[in-house]
Amino acid sequence: MPVNAEAVGKTYPPYVYEVGKEKIREYAHAVGEDNPVYFDREQAKAAGFRDVPAPPMFAVVYSAGSVGPAVLDPEVGINFPMMVHGSQEFVWGEPVCAGDEITTETTVKDISERGGMGFYVFESVSRNQDGQQVVRGTWTNIVRGV
Amino acid sequence: MNVDLKVTPDRFLPHRYAGASGDFNPIHIDVEFAKQVGLPGNILHGLYTMAQVARANVNAAGGDPRSLRRLSVQFRGMGFPEQEITVTGTVREERDGVVVVDTEAEQGGNRIIRNAEAELKTG
Repeated sequence: MPVNAEAVGKTYPPYVYEVGKEKIREYAHAVGEDNPVYFDREQAKAAGFRDVPAPPMFAVVYSAGSVGPAVLDPEVGINFPMMVHGSQEFVWGEPVCAGDEITTETTVKDISERGGMGFYVFESVSRNQDGQQVVRGTWTNIVRGV
Repeated sequence: MNVDLKVTPDRFLPHRYAGASGDFNPIHIDVEFAKQVGLPGNILHGLYTMAQVARANVNAAGGDPRSLRRLSVQFRGMGFPEQEITVTGTVREERDGVVVVDTEAEQGGNRIIRNAEAELKTG
């Protein structure tokens, strides 16, 4: 059964996430970060940040509210029990710091089929309150047995 | 530049990462559920392991999070708590103050993240 690519190009409403210092601390601890810039405002400012910066992979936290609904969209039609996260790319721009308001928009970039597997590619673009791009994410989910 | 990081996620790491990231998929935090769907046990979040690859590369570049410009990874195989993960990398090219690193994460002989590429600003 071929994959249905009709949803390619579909976009979803922007998702706004306000970055908190304690959420950065929680995330940084969970992933084993020990650099004091992620925890200590004074050290962060001394290093040239507006406030404590988020570790780069914190991108998953503020992007999730935008990417999630796209992945779950019935029009995209992913068969979840057969889905794995195949690959991921982030391209970072302006650093994200506590107090930032990050707006993320997600697009269905591509849906294709190779060797009996469906490839569902989503692109998320996140900008801060000044309109500067902070990250572009490319999320590829692979569905077996399409 | 030397990318080399070893980390052993403890038994409850997937639960802490679930809380931190918001991803509460039971395959990561419920051993019984994971076994019911044919897994040996609860598995690590792939994006947690990707965060270890990011951390290893940022540390190798001197620790400044602004040094990491791009990271792409392929998730292959499954990672498990209570087993050591080793992240390694080798510089493939360097130009205009940007280093491209071929990097991967291995656990118990399985390359759980492979064909990963990090771009780091060194200047």
